[in-house]
Formats: sequence, structure tokens, C-alpha cells
Amino acid sequence: MTVIEEQEFLEGASAAMDIFCPMHIFVSASGHIDHVGPTMLKLRPKEAFLGKRFFEVFDLCRPSTAATMEGLKALHGRKLHLQLRDAPRTDLKGVLVPRMRGDGIAINLSFGISIVDALAEYPLTSRDFAITDPTIEMLYLIEAKSAAMEASRSLNQRLQGAMIAAEEQAYTDTLTGLKNRRAMDHILGRLIEGEKSFALMHLDLDFFKAVNDTMGHAAGDTVLQKVARILVEETRDVDTVARVGGDEFVLIFNRLTERDELEEIARRMISRLEEPVPHDGQICRISGSIGTVISTDYEALDAVRLLSDADIALYASKHKGRACHTFYSDDLLEDGRNLAPPVGREAS
Amino acid sequence: MHGLINTALQSFTRDIYGDDAWAQVMNHADLGFSEFEAMLIYEDEQTCAVLGGLELVLRKPREEVLEDIGTYLVSNPKVESLRRLLRFGGVNFIEFLQSLDDLPGRARLAVSDLDLPVMELSEYSVEHYALTLGASSVGFGHVMLGLLRAMADDYGALVMMEYGELAAGRERIEIRLLETDFTEGRSFHLGGKAG
Repeated sequence: MTVIEEQEFLEGASAAMDIFCPMHIFVSASGHIDHVGPTMLKLRPKEAFLGKRFFEVFDLCRPSTAATMEGLKALHGRKLHLQLRDAPRTDLKGVLVPRMRGDGIAINLSFGISIVDALAEYPLTSRDFAITDPTIEMLYLIEAKSAAMEASRSLNQRLQGAMIAAEEQAYTDTLTGLKNRRAMDHILGRLIEGEKSFALMHLDLDFFKAVNDTMGHAAGDTVLQKVARILVEETRDVDTVARVGGDEFVLIFNRLTERDELEEIARRMISRLEEPVPHDGQICRISGSIGTVISTDYEALDAVRLLSDADIALYASKHKGRACHTFYSDDLLEDGRNLAPPVGREAS
Repeated sequence: MHGLINTALQSFTRDIYGDDAWAQVMNHADLGFSEFEAMLIYEDEQTCAVLGGLELVLRKPREEVLEDIGTYLVSNPKVESLRRLLRFGGVNFIEFLQSLDDLPGRARLAVSDLDLPVMELSEYSVEHYALTLGASSVGFGHVMLGLLRAMADDYGALVMMEYGELAAGRERIEIRLLETDFTEGRSFHLGGKAG
């Protein structure tokens, strides 16, 4: 083969490679780059490649052992992980084979997953990829799947919002907006499980039934709403106020176990409950009795026990003549009357 | 019918005619809800009821409404994602036409339960094509007509199209390509949102 024939053969081979593998590189026996595919020219200008030594332009990250032309040739057919040496240091995947003529090598490169970053760095179009290269299909899939995922995510968010709203409703007493019995049980359970310190008050309205019976349910509802407002105002955001029965409330004070402070809160609540509530030109008057338990008084916490002890303290308050506050203590059990509400309480 | 198709009707109505128009459409359709979810599946009758509502509210024949929807899906900036996905089909309008056979497959690849009617492109010459569509319950051919018109614009091609009905509910769109580079068209960057 003459020199001219040789030259023509090489040009033909390069032209074919430009179509089949537009990201290929030919490296001569001396280790210099003597041809690059057209897509590589989107990454750097011609001068950045041609005539430069391969290792000047590329950093061979994996396998990291080869640093000479001989070492490179030994990587024949292996998976290469390369980076351009200057910024942007685009990651490239590659594979090399010996050249058909001469002693050089041919390397084919691809972006692999760095394609998404590469698109932001370089003006690549569909024509820069071999027709058989699935990169374009991969990009289509990335976009299509992200769009589908976005639609699913927004559906999930709306469903979650609906679920939270439904749960909130299920945990809320609709008349007063306070938590309901279920919510209170749930919160109390969590506090006990977490071995948190807290105080629990059981509050029962006095004379409420009389308001309901003589002035009607509308008056009763107004009173309950007023009570709810007072209880919320007299507690902190971290506390729980629940309406657990017709005129019964449970308050849980998070991390508050000081007797003086609890006594003060209870007294203030009772005195505010006694403020007359106007309704339809009439005045409703009620009061409240409270029994309190403190979690730190117990060695082992049990929700049923806590609530029943709070009841006993509440009965004691009722027996004392209502509008009172009592802390639970075992002494209360000595007075048998405290084991049950006062007779005629139903009419209170 | 897939929620994506129903939400397409929904966003078309809202973006072009406003929320009130959509409320009226859903009122006519009487489905018991006012919004579709893109990722849920609905009965075909529900989609038909919405189309009926659209005809009444927009005072346009169904074919025109469907064609407008096809155009909207490609040309409205609010639904840019579909236009981009279609542009992955080819670098010019001819390549795009040649990719239409794969469109139902591509749609399924993105959303596995999205079923589009079968499409087949016949090539008579470099400038004469016909797209045959399998039977569909909502007159998909009219949507495709609007969509193809908008895609031709997008690629900058000048085309003439004619719609025709075939036996057994199949539809056919005859496409004559007058010029491939009539205008510059809209640009398309592979990296879309990134770049």
C-alpha cells in the first residue's frame, strides 16, 4: 500500500467512525491525539485535542494504574472512566482497542449518566449522537418519567392533605373545636409511652345540666363554646384540651408538674368559668370542679389508672361543695364517698 | 379514559376559557366531582360527558373542540412538557412523522396504563404522507389533526392536511408537506429544563 493509499484508507476509516461513533478518538503510537469525532468537538475546540498527548487532555480515573501509552494499550477492551482535565471536568465512559494500522489506539467515549450535566454545559443536539445510540431515548424517558412522577406526586400530596383533614376531623370535637376523646387517648398514650412528665386534669362543669334543661340546648352550646375558649386561653400551645363527654373535659399539661402552678391554673380557670355568659337576653351561670393527677407521682404510668385517679380527685372536689380543685392522693380513698360522684350529680 | 387525557381537557378549558367555563362544563357533565386527577383512570362515558359539556359551553362542534385541544397541547406554554416529549421524535418534521408509529409505545413507556390508538404512517413520496389511526372512543383523529398542525409550526414546516373517516371507526389524516423549512420554528434544547 502506498503512502497515499494508506492516507485514503485512514480518512475513510475516520469518516465511518464519525458516523458510527461520533465521540471517538485516535491516538498515535507516540501517545498523541491525531483525530477526534465530531461530537467531541462540541466539548472542546479542535486545538484542545489535536497534537496533544492523550494524558494531557484526559485524566484516566479508573483503572488509575495506567500512566503511559504501554499501560493504556494493556487496558484493551476494559471499561474506562475518564475526565477532561480542564473545567468543566466532564465525566466520560470509554473503551479502547488497538488501531488497525500502526501502533496507536482507538478510543470510543460516551457520557454515560453524566449526559444530564453535559447537556447543560455543551450545545448538544440529537444529531450529535449516533443514530443507534439510545441516549436520546434515555433523555425522552427521563423527561417523561419526571413529568409522570410530578403528576403522581401532586396527587399524593392532595391525598395526604385530604387524609390529614379527615384525621383532624376525626380527632376534633366539632362543637367546640377542641380535641375529642379519641385524640386525648392517643396523646395520653404517646406521653406514657415516651415516659414524659405531665399533669392531667379532669374538669367537670357544675350546674351545666340546669342551663341546658332550663334555657335550652342552644344556650348549652354557647356555654360549651365559651368554656372551650377559656380553657384554650388558660393553657399553652403544647398542652392538650379535650372535650371527652357532654360537659367533661380533660386537660393535659406537657412537662408541667409543679403543684403551685397547677393549683393557680385550676383556680384561674374555675373563676373564669364562673363569669356569667349572656345568651338570648338571659344569663347562664356555671362553674367547674377539677381533679388533677401528676405523672411523677407514679412509678409506672397507666392511662386507665391515671384517668380513674383523676376522677376520684374530681369527686372529692364535688363533695367539697363544687367549684374546687383537688390533687389526687391515696388519702382520698379513705373517704368512701370519693369513689363515686355525689348523689344527684346528674341533676347538677 | 386515562386521567392524563381528562386533565388535558380540563387544563385546555381552564387556560383558554377560564375557571368559570370549566365549572359550567362539569356542571353539564354532571359527574359528581369538579376536577380530574392526572394519575387516575376514568370511565370512557365520563370523558364523553365532558366533551358534550364542552360543545355546549364553547358553542362549537365536537370536531373543532378536539382539534383545538390538539393545538393547545403543543402550542400552549403551560403544557410545554408534551411538546418537548414529541420533539424527541425527530430533528425535523419528516422524522417526527416517521416516529408516529412509535407514539403509542412511547406513551406507554412513560405511563404504562396510557393507551393511545394504533397509528400507522404511509409514505407515498417525500412530501405526501397519510396517518391512519385505530378506532378510539373520542375521535382521537381530530386531536391528532390539531396536534400535527401545531407540531408542523413548531418545526417550521408548511403543511396541508385533510381529515377523513374510514370504516370501523378508524380515521385517516392526509398530510402534504409543502416546505420543510418554511420558518425557523421553535428551538429545542435536549437538556430542556437544565439548560
